[in-house]
Amino acid sequence: MREYLNIFFVILRRDLILAFRNKAELINPLMFFVIVIVLFPLAFGSDSALLKQLTSGIIWVTALLATCLSLETIFRSDFEDGSIEQFSLSRYPLTLLVSAKILAHWMTFSIPLIVIALFTGIVLSLSSQTISALFITLLLGTPVLSLIGAITVALTIGLRGGMLLSLLILPLYMPILIFSMLAIQNAAVGQSITAELYFLAGILVLAITLAPIATAAALRIRLS
Amino acid sequence: MKLPRWIHQFGSPKYFYELSLWLSRWVAIVCVICFVCGLYGGLVLAPADYQQGDSFRIMYIHVPSAWMSLFIYMVMAVAGGIGLIWRIKLAEIVARSSAPIGASFTFLALVTGAIWGKPMWGTWWVWDARLTSELILLFLYLGYIALQSAFEDRRVAARAGAILALVGIVNIPIIHYSVEWWSTLHQGPTITKMDKPSIHLSMLIPLLFMVLAFKTFFISTLLIRARSEILEYECNASWVKQLLGSNNVTK
Repeated sequence: MREYLNIFFVILRRDLILAFRNKAELINPLMFFVIVIVLFPLAFGSDSALLKQLTSGIIWVTALLATCLSLETIFRSDFEDGSIEQFSLSRYPLTLLVSAKILAHWMTFSIPLIVIALFTGIVLSLSSQTISALFITLLLGTPVLSLIGAITVALTIGLRGGMLLSLLILPLYMPILIFSMLAIQNAAVGQSITAELYFLAGILVLAITLAPIATAAALRIRLS
Repeated sequence: MKLPRWIHQFGSPKYFYELSLWLSRWVAIVCVICFVCGLYGGLVLAPADYQQGDSFRIMYIHVPSAWMSLFIYMVMAVAGGIGLIWRIKLAEIVARSSAPIGASFTFLALVTGAIWGKPMWGTWWVWDARLTSELILLFLYLGYIALQSAFEDRRVAARAGAILALVGIVNIPIIHYSVEWWSTLHQGPTITKMDKPSIHLSMLIPLLFMVLAFKTFFISTLLIRARSEILEYECNASWVKQLLGSNNVTK
């Protein structure tokens, strides 16, 4: 058990170091996130009432798109240099190693994204209830995005074009978006959001349990 | 887990190819009979609805195709799972061949729903939970088909698709229970209520015939698709060469 924990943290540390060494890859999806959010005020006018209503939705949708882009790189370099193959041959379960990589992705991409999202929310003067709902839904939702995304990335790795990846991922993301937006809308009018948060948490637990297994299986298929 | 021998025998492409011709013909005959009964009952015998008039009759296409859209996804995922675990080639073929049929049924359900919605709700499309989840289901099918065509190797494609279908199946309960989760425009279920269906028997019986017709249509189309898939899969096998040679077909 201890050994497994150890190897988990070794991979996690390795991926975090690699991510921070390659800062462009770390920052580009976040830049994309910010730029797309800026597009909406330009399109709808900076002080329209419409925009105020849409802001949290815009943040969530943009977060989905940015996650989609950032996930592309999660296995790519390891797949190309053969590390994944070595992982799969090692005596440790591939599921475990893959979960460490997914956690590393969430830490390097989603945590900064949540911070930026909250900052955007404050700047665009969302109400405090909305901002706290945004924070909790992002906190519960973004790990699911990384987990589900990892499966589809593993399936499409090495295939031409990132378009296919988006086509596969985005439909799977829709339930998360629906629940998060329901929670945020409820919070905005001062209603309880417990039910939606339980659903999100339930999906998160389900994803943590099953997604690494599916990802490992998908990687093995692509290696065979 | 070891499977009994007869399953492997049935799963062998050659055996299945011979059996499926006979099977698909008989299933198709049942399908035509059910279609005739269901359409006659639904369009002629069933009385007009006291609220919706004659336009409710589109239900005889809409409801079965919506059910089939879910059912075929289940078939696809289960067959894919079987192919993944026991490496049965036939299961992979069934999963692959189901996808376009399922996508067509989903599309049909959406289109008939829109046609019905125009006079009833006054709009072609509303962002109702059920409609949206049916649309998501269509996207899932299209994603599966896109993934299938992205691979050169059919077996790798089938196994990758199986994982995608199994992941997507998490969405099936969400689709099914969405009616209860969100209170929306779409009318609640009228047949699966446990106590007593709130649909009159003269309307229900044609519907059940139509459901049976759609199921048998799916099975016979699936068999026909699977037969051609088998020929492509096994184009290097001796029995296929023999078969094609005896029909004087040259590739």
